[in-house]
Amino acid sequence: MTDFRFSLRKWLMGLLSPLDGPLALIVLAILGFSTVVMVSASPERLDTLAMNIGVAFVVMWTAARIPPQRMMSVALPLYVLGVLLLIGVALFGDVSKGARRWLNIGVARIQPSELMKIAMPLMLAWYFQSREGMLRVRDFFVAAALLLVPVGLIAKQPDLGTAILVAAAGFYVLFFAGLTWRLILPVALVGIVGIGAIVAMGDTICQPDVVWPGLRDYQKHRVCTLLDPTSDPLGKGFHIIQSTIAIGSGGVMGKGWGRGTQTHLDFLPERHTDFIFAVLTEEFGLAGALLLAVLYILLIFRGLFIAAGAPTLFSRLLAGALTLIFFTYAFVNMGMVSGILPVVGVPLPFVSYGGTALVTLCLGVGMLMSIQRHRRRVGT
Amino acid sequence: MTGIRTPEQELARFRNRLAVAGVVAVVCFALLAARFFYLQVVRYDYYSTRAEDNRISLVPVVPNRGLIMDRNGTVLARNYSAYTLEITPSKVADLDATIEALSKLVDIQPKDRRRLKKLMDESKSFESLPIRNRLSDEEVARFIAQRYRFPGVELKARLFRDYPMGNLGAHLVGYIGRINDRDLERIEENEDSANYRGTDHIGKAGLEKSYERELHGTTGFEEVEVDSGGRAVRALRRTNATPGNNLILTIDLKLQEVVEKAFGNRRGALVAIEPGSGGILALVSVPTFDPNLFVDGIGAQDWDELNNSPDHPLVNRALNGAYPPGSTFKPFLALAALMSGKRTPGQAIADPGFYDFGGHHFRDDKPGGHGMVDMYRSIVQSCDTYYYRLANDMGIDLIASLMGQFGFGSRTGIDIEGESSGVLPSPEWKRKRFKRPEQQKWFGGETISIGIGQGYNAYTPLQLAHATATLAAGGVMYKPHLVKYIESAKDGSRQVIEPQPVKTIPIKPEHLETIRRAMVGVNKEGTGARAFAGAPYLSAGKTGTAQVFSLKGGKYSAKINERLRDHALFIAFAPADKPTIALAVLVENGGFGAQSAAPIARAVMDYYLLGKLPAGMAAEDPGAEAPTGDGGGD
Repeated sequence: MTDFRFSLRKWLMGLLSPLDGPLALIVLAILGFSTVVMVSASPERLDTLAMNIGVAFVVMWTAARIPPQRMMSVALPLYVLGVLLLIGVALFGDVSKGARRWLNIGVARIQPSELMKIAMPLMLAWYFQSREGMLRVRDFFVAAALLLVPVGLIAKQPDLGTAILVAAAGFYVLFFAGLTWRLILPVALVGIVGIGAIVAMGDTICQPDVVWPGLRDYQKHRVCTLLDPTSDPLGKGFHIIQSTIAIGSGGVMGKGWGRGTQTHLDFLPERHTDFIFAVLTEEFGLAGALLLAVLYILLIFRGLFIAAGAPTLFSRLLAGALTLIFFTYAFVNMGMVSGILPVVGVPLPFVSYGGTALVTLCLGVGMLMSIQRHRRRVGT
Repeated sequence: MTGIRTPEQELARFRNRLAVAGVVAVVCFALLAARFFYLQVVRYDYYSTRAEDNRISLVPVVPNRGLIMDRNGTVLARNYSAYTLEITPSKVADLDATIEALSKLVDIQPKDRRRLKKLMDESKSFESLPIRNRLSDEEVARFIAQRYRFPGVELKARLFRDYPMGNLGAHLVGYIGRINDRDLERIEENEDSANYRGTDHIGKAGLEKSYERELHGTTGFEEVEVDSGGRAVRALRRTNATPGNNLILTIDLKLQEVVEKAFGNRRGALVAIEPGSGGILALVSVPTFDPNLFVDGIGAQDWDELNNSPDHPLVNRALNGAYPPGSTFKPFLALAALMSGKRTPGQAIADPGFYDFGGHHFRDDKPGGHGMVDMYRSIVQSCDTYYYRLANDMGIDLIASLMGQFGFGSRTGIDIEGESSGVLPSPEWKRKRFKRPEQQKWFGGETISIGIGQGYNAYTPLQLAHATATLAAGGVMYKPHLVKYIESAKDGSRQVIEPQPVKTIPIKPEHLETIRRAMVGVNKEGTGARAFAGAPYLSAGKTGTAQVFSLKGGKYSAKINERLRDHALFIAFAPADKPTIALAVLVENGGFGAQSAAPIARAVMDYYLLGKLPAGMAAEDPGAEAPTGDGGGD
């Protein structure tokens, strides 16, 4: 009997050993919170949610067992495949809701831009690793080019949300690889001043006959709706107005589980996907929002900790970039739902319903775990 | 980036940057927390009032749908305002009892109940659905007096679509109907959901469908304060709707009427085009139907009658009927022969009355033949043997490529949806069309019957008219269109649909002249002469008869079942020297083209060029049109 118990325990330990304890616990906590919210927001989807979580965990577990060296070897092929698929989308993709994002490969429709979210940091981390010790300014330009090609293809679909995420993923690698502050600071400054100017001059530049260079009409519309949601209360502004009402009316402790009026009277659009955060805050209030924020902060800090202890340049860069991608997802989503960022279609990590995004995110977590688990074997 | 660093320096810098990233993340989250605090604590009262308080609701203001008028301003589609009684099923405890009680006040027919039942199956329970449309003033008054007894039942002023001309031009105007799931999907695909809040009808066919975007207008909205019973008390803020734009057509409705009357009880189609612009003057498909039946959801009985009629009144024959062109094909083939150098105008053949090819005996319909036949006579007398031989000399590939230039076998691009492309036969087409290898092979004999517009040839009356108009315009092909200009209902400004030349077919003037002269000959001394006897203008034409049923060498007689009789065709343009109208007529099972199709063309030309109405219509009042106006009220 004791033998059996012992061997069961051993087997379990062996099964769990690839996972990083703290990371797994944090992700589980967020997924648990998500399930609680989903029971209220969309109970009919719980079955598929459970299945998605199951698949995502298998992916995470598998990724955690793959050593970083192996990841390095697939970085280039994965990146090339991603770019080819994106070109395929541009040429033969299916159009849905005015955007060409899907590629029909016979058995299923895939969205290659999703693959790029992982392939991009892998590729750039691999590139910098291969240039380790002889890094020149030139390499940053090469890296920037590697970054801009897929980002351009995704932005052209048009899918601004994913383009921003992929661009951010690549930028983080550059940042951690040592991109000079002299380049980062001016760009950041121009960005802040530019956004400030847009906010200040919102009324004049949002006139219908003003054309914004480089942006599609619907993108301009989103920014303008953000500046003044009441200008389009039946259309795009409806999302933001209703989600801010949901958040604001939640108060400190929320209206209670399953009792959000905005949610249950059908005022909240896309309440199980991009706008699930509004459901959470309406029903669990400021307390729920802060709890989720703390969980994300813990996730980010654990990720940064793993990056700090990573043995090779490749694993350092990858870990740092992956961690900041989680941060970007969370920040952009909560920002757009609470009305301080434009609506760009970024899901709330581990909370929004959607199998593809969840698998991508768990793949990222699994890679972080692998970096943590394999840190000693390489030896510093 | 400056110089080479030691691994320790690199690592230190990396950890430095990690710290920076951590700080940025915390600052960003703090920013979010501040935003949450602002929304949930500072402005909590405001937002909770907005969420809890249902006094204010946003009501869409539905725009007036644009009107459709012919080129002279005769209204084909308009709106009028009337009261409708609506029920919200989810707010009514006992639906049957409520309807029973209502029927004591207003007249509710079994068909009204059936329609409500059908609508309930198609929609969500919280939508308000019409139980009775177009209440009389008396009924409105009776209901208002008893309104307190009927929670969940509302009286609404609505705009209704009305087609004052009824059957006339029904296929081109089309109709609107209630938005169904498929329409909803399309609306969402186009990101138009906001604009369709409050709209419950959408274009389903014809111009109503293809110009939906123009006709619909932009929905306005109104913030309304409502009392506990859900009734509006006062408006707080209002953004007006922008009414839909009016369509002014190239169609001459009087001409359309002349044609529909000329057809009588026969089935068929006619398309008349202005050759210099592609503007369609008349687009007729008979029998036709009353589009008003569809507006409020068509009743089962009406639907069965229309849908199961052997005459297929709902099919737009002008766009969707594909018929062999018969001998109307000949002028085009003759032109193709000239263009390719396979024939000269003077080259003549001796016609024995048949043509033998590959053991098959192709008959001419004149026993004994036409004697010596050159190109002019081949068209004027419609000699089959000439074209049997010509088709064989040209070969199917050359025929297909040259006839394709005139638009045969491809969609014309007319501005209503659902046009068929017809069939321009070729070995390539046959390979694609059939599955079994033995069916895919092209036989030389098949080319022979192509020459006289039979065989696999099948074109829509629109294509035939389009090709005739292109010929009349000297080879310049214009995109056919029904809308002349779009008039903004807001400021009356006009967006004119300019003639769009699609291409210019390179035809030598002398070749064109040969064909034109021969077609004039048809109406002067040939198969069209009787129909055009005494016309004061010079016209060009060509008759055609398309076989429906092979007689297997037997003799044609009037005794054959009416539905198996040949289709009669006629193409024409006039005045021949400077054409202002080109047309194609098809009379289903009409027998000879000269007999039944050509007189319709004559009536069209007489009206269009001389203003002469046919005997039956002349007595009617010419000036007084139906009252125009949109019925007001938005």
